[in-house]
Amino acid sequence: MSLNMHIVVCIKQVPDSAQIRVHPVTNTIMRQGVPAIVNPYDLVALEEALRLKDRYGARITVLSMGPPQAEGALRKALSFGADEAILLTDRSFAGADTLATSYALASAIRKIRLDIPVDLVFAGKQTIDGDTAQVGPGIAIRLKMQLLTYVSKIETIDLDKSELTVQRRAEGGVQVLKTRLPALITVLEGINEMRFATMSDMFRAARYPIRVWDKDAAGIEDISKIGLKGSPTVVSKVFAPTPRTQKAEIIQTQSDQPGDVAATLLAKMFARFPQLRDAIGRRGE
Amino acid sequence: MSNPTAPTPPAARPAGRRKFELDPRLKAYKGVWVFIEHERGAVHPVSFELLGEGRKLADQLGVELAGVVLGAAGEHTRRFCQDAFCHGADLCFLLEDPVLAQYRNQPYSRALTDLVNKHQPEILLLGATTLGRDLAGSVATTLQTGLTADCTGLAIDPENRSLAATRPTFGGSLLCTIVTLNYRPQMATVRPRVMSMPARNDTRSGRVIEEPLALLETDVVTKLLEFIADDKRAEVNLPFADIIVAGGRGMKRPDNFQLVRDLAEVLGAEVGATRPVVQSGWVSADHQVGQSGKTVRPKLYIAAGISGAVQHRVGMEGSDVIVAINQDASAPIFDFATYGIVGNAMQILPALTAAFRQHLATEKLAV
Repeated sequence: MSLNMHIVVCIKQVPDSAQIRVHPVTNTIMRQGVPAIVNPYDLVALEEALRLKDRYGARITVLSMGPPQAEGALRKALSFGADEAILLTDRSFAGADTLATSYALASAIRKIRLDIPVDLVFAGKQTIDGDTAQVGPGIAIRLKMQLLTYVSKIETIDLDKSELTVQRRAEGGVQVLKTRLPALITVLEGINEMRFATMSDMFRAARYPIRVWDKDAAGIEDISKIGLKGSPTVVSKVFAPTPRTQKAEIIQTQSDQPGDVAATLLAKMFARFPQLRDAIGRRGE
Repeated sequence: MSNPTAPTPPAARPAGRRKFELDPRLKAYKGVWVFIEHERGAVHPVSFELLGEGRKLADQLGVELAGVVLGAAGEHTRRFCQDAFCHGADLCFLLEDPVLAQYRNQPYSRALTDLVNKHQPEILLLGATTLGRDLAGSVATTLQTGLTADCTGLAIDPENRSLAATRPTFGGSLLCTIVTLNYRPQMATVRPRVMSMPARNDTRSGRVIEEPLALLETDVVTKLLEFIADDKRAEVNLPFADIIVAGGRGMKRPDNFQLVRDLAEVLGAEVGATRPVVQSGWVSADHQVGQSGKTVRPKLYIAAGISGAVQHRVGMEGSDVIVAINQDASAPIFDFATYGIVGNAMQILPALTAAFRQHLATEKLAV
C-alpha cells in the first residue's frame, strides 16, 4: 500500500470535565486530582483518520499545542496507530485564545508540509473545555484549505483527481458536498467507535521520540500573533454562577409506594403550575 | 504656613483597569448586526432571540440594529428582512445571489466579510448553530478579530462601550466575562434558547440596503451535490421541546432507558440524556443536554438518574419546572430542581408513566 496521503490530526489534552467539582464553601474550582484526557471529540477525528489509513493507506501525524505534559495525549494517539507526533510547547504560546491558537497550529502545519505535503487536516468538532468549535475553521482559513465542519461521513476520496465527497450535518438535514484537497475536516461525534490499541502499538508509543517544537521550530513568523499578546479576546473576570437558594420540594408519602409518590407529585404540580395541564400529551395533535 | 486654597486633588484614576483608548481607525465601526439565519423558507428562531438582545445593546450604545440576510432570489429573502424588522431591526443588509442558495462556507464567509469591511459594524452576533459556528469561526479569522462562543449574557461596558460577553468556563462550573478591546467588530455566538424570544411587532418596518456578491459560482470550490432533509417526524428537536424526559448514568443499564422513553411517549415529550450516557452509546448524540450538548428551556423537565453536575445543569436550568428523581438524597440536582423524589428511578418512572396516562384519560373524559 502506498503512502500517498498525509493526514494531520489536531488533538488537545483537556481536564476531564465530568470530574471537575466546585468547592461547596469557597465556590472555587477543585483542580486537584482531575485527570487529563484526550478531548473525546478529537478521538472521533483520529479514528476517522485511521479508517482512511486502513482504506487508502496514509501517514498520520498528530499535532498538539499545550504544556509539556500534553505529551501524554500524543502517546495515546500513537498507541491507536498514528505514525508521527509533534508537540508545540513554548511559554510564549500560553494564554492563547482561539485566533492565536489557530495561528500557531497553522504555522506548524505549514512547517510539516514542507517535508511531506498535507492532504487532509482533521480536528474534533469542539473541545470539552473551551467548547468554541473555532480553531478548526481558523486553521482552514489560514491555510486556504477547504473547510468541512460537522462531517458525518467521508464518502469517497479520489487522490488522482484530488477530490473528496463527504456528508455534512447541517441545520435540518445533511449536505452531500464535493470539494478539492487539501481540506480541513471537523468530525461529528458518534460516527465511529475508537479502536483498541494493539500491544505492539502501545509499546511503540511508550518509547516513541515525540518531536517537541518551540516557537522557532514551529516556524512562527510573527510572535505578536501568538499567546496572550496575539489574542484579541481578554478575560475581564471569572466568577461563580449565583447559587440557587430554592431547593427542591421533596415529594414523600407515608406508604412510600411509587404509585402514591407519583400521584402526589401530579397533584402538587398541577395545582401550582396549572399551565402544565395543557402542555402534556400534546404531540401529534 | 497655611494654605488657603486646598490643592486640587489629583484626578481620580477612573476605576479603570480597562481604561484604554480605541484605535482611531476602529472608531469608525458603528452599529450592532445580527446574522439572520434561515432554512427551508423560515428564519431560525435563534436569529430573533439575537435581535431581541441586539436591540438592547444598540439602544444602550445609541446606534442602529441591522440584520444581515444572505440568500438566493426566490428564498423569501425580502420576507426575512421584514421578519427582522418586526423583531427589532432598523435596517437590513441584503445580498441576493444564486451562489448563496444553500449554505457553503466559502461564499457565505466572503459575503459577510465584504459587508463587514464596507459597512463596519462594532458588534456582530450569530447563532451558535452548525451554520453560525462554521461561519463565525471563518469570518473572525479573516477579519483577525475576537470571537466569543456560546455566550449566555451580553452587555455593554459603560466605561469603554465595549461588548462584555459572558460564557460558561471550566465545563460550566464558572462563568467568565470576555471583552475584545482593540479589534472590531466584536463577534459573539449565542446558542438557541439561551436568550428569550422578543415579541413580534408587525407595525415595525425598516430599510433594506442591497449589496452585490463579488463571487462567481466558478470561483467556489465546494459543490453541493445533494441535500437530504431530516425526516421531520424522526427529528429530535430538543431546544424547542415543551417537555423533556431525560436520563443519566443512574439509569444503570441501556435497556432501562426504555423507561425514560415510555414516559416521554405518554407525555408527548422529547428524550434527553447526559454526556456519559451518550458516550456509552445508550442514546444518540442529538439527545444530549448540557454544556457540550443542547441548551433547552422546556415547560417541564423530568430528570431521572441524573446527579445534576454543572455540565448538565447549564443546559437545562432554564426549564420552568424541574422534577428530579435520584436515589442519592444529597445529589446536587435537588439543590435546583422544583420537585425532588428520592428513590429508585426504575420504580418511580413506570409509576409516573401510569399516573400521567391515567391523568390524560380522565382529562379526555371530562371534555
